[in-house]
Amino acid sequence: MIETPGLLPTENLFPIFVDAMFTKNFLLIMFLGLCSYVGLTTNSDTSKGMSMAVTFVMTMSAILTWPIYHYLLSPASIIGKDLTFLRTICFILIIASFVQLVEFIIRRFSPPLYKSLGIYLPLIATNCAVLGVVLMNIQEGYTYGASIIYAFAAGLGYSWVMLATAALREKLIMRNVDLFSGFIGAFFAATMVALIIVSYFSMVKL
Amino acid sequence: MTVDLMSLLPPAIAVLGALGLAMAGMLVWASKAFYVETDPLVDALMELMPGANCGACGYPGCADFAEHVVAGDVTPDACTSCDTETFEMIGELLGMDISAAESMYPVTICQGGTNCKDRYDYIGADTCRAAILLSGTKKACSYGCIGLGDCVRACMFDAIEIADNGLPRIKKYNCKGCGACVTACPQQVLTIAKEHGPVYVVYASHDKGKYVKEICEFGCIGCGICKKKCPEGAIKLVKAVAVIDQEKCNQCGTCIEVCPRNAIVKL
Repeated sequence: MIETPGLLPTENLFPIFVDAMFTKNFLLIMFLGLCSYVGLTTNSDTSKGMSMAVTFVMTMSAILTWPIYHYLLSPASIIGKDLTFLRTICFILIIASFVQLVEFIIRRFSPPLYKSLGIYLPLIATNCAVLGVVLMNIQEGYTYGASIIYAFAAGLGYSWVMLATAALREKLIMRNVDLFSGFIGAFFAATMVALIIVSYFSMVKL
Repeated sequence: MTVDLMSLLPPAIAVLGALGLAMAGMLVWASKAFYVETDPLVDALMELMPGANCGACGYPGCADFAEHVVAGDVTPDACTSCDTETFEMIGELLGMDISAAESMYPVTICQGGTNCKDRYDYIGADTCRAAILLSGTKKACSYGCIGLGDCVRACMFDAIEIADNGLPRIKKYNCKGCGACVTACPQQVLTIAKEHGPVYVVYASHDKGKYVKEICEFGCIGCGICKKKCPEGAIKLVKAVAVIDQEKCNQCGTCIEVCPRNAIVKL
């Protein structure tokens, strides 16, 4: 019999945090959300905006999707039927509507924030990294608290990789070497940053 | 495990339908509750804008420019990217008569290029801005075009290229006159000029007259003959280089004739 995980975290939160930020980084290890990664890291300002937006949306979608899954879709839910095959479409529905709602709200209440963040929000609506986070939450069977921590850490992990790569790419573009321009350069930079964290965490045991 | 499809179908439809309806309802409510009133005129104007977001008008993008036009802060002809037809349509929309701004495009005020000798071989980052950091520039004339193409990279419309003579060449057909290249040039060898209406430009190098004579076929050496001969008194010497006051100039052409260096030209 499947049981619903509790609300308060019972897991050890530190490994979850480090996992999401480094050892199972969404961009570099799981290779999710690569389209925004390749497209926006040419400029550190845009990657900053995108990172903030992604972190926010990831955290909020974890908050929203966990109850939906465990109280509506899971076999242990109040309905009592195994509706887990609906989770992807439900999560996309929820994330997309939430992103749209946030866009309405910041457009109404904070035009400057809308100008700096607004253009990135539609890009996130169906970002696979965001969907990845909420699906991982379910797959790992996290409690509500742990799933929120996990999503926030995944957002932070996304952010630091975005910023590190943007810094690297900005320097490489300055050198004007053909190899480092465009998409090839993006993947080259991604490889280098990925190698750094993979080799570091293979030596440093947590 | 076999899945009984028929028993899953009703709850599946119910759950997904309920979620969909709830989300749709929430969005409908939010779009009303957080509705931001936008001027329909701004939207209509935005349709006509070129959408290049080049920034030549002085606003961050076409949308911002359209807002300020409707607010009356700026006249539509501040846009350099619109063509005459678009201006007519904008004029019709706003009920005003817009005479299209004369098209502007950049001109190179350096005749150096490959004529101007290199002082040393430059190997480094392929930009003018990097090259200029090394004791002036690699060119003999420290005021001339370096020719590494910062202007080419600044151009959003593919309207400028470094020609065989080592100088930027403007493809007027593509040029929108936004002036991005002028801002990008660290040597200020580009300037914005009007398409019609002649402009006199002085090929100016602030190096010493004797040195300019050695290295450049055209450069102004600050002799001041044009200043004496100009009937309008429109020319003055600034840092030993002739500068023409476009307000006073009546385009008589006297200075072009008298200049011993051919430093003044009619464009």
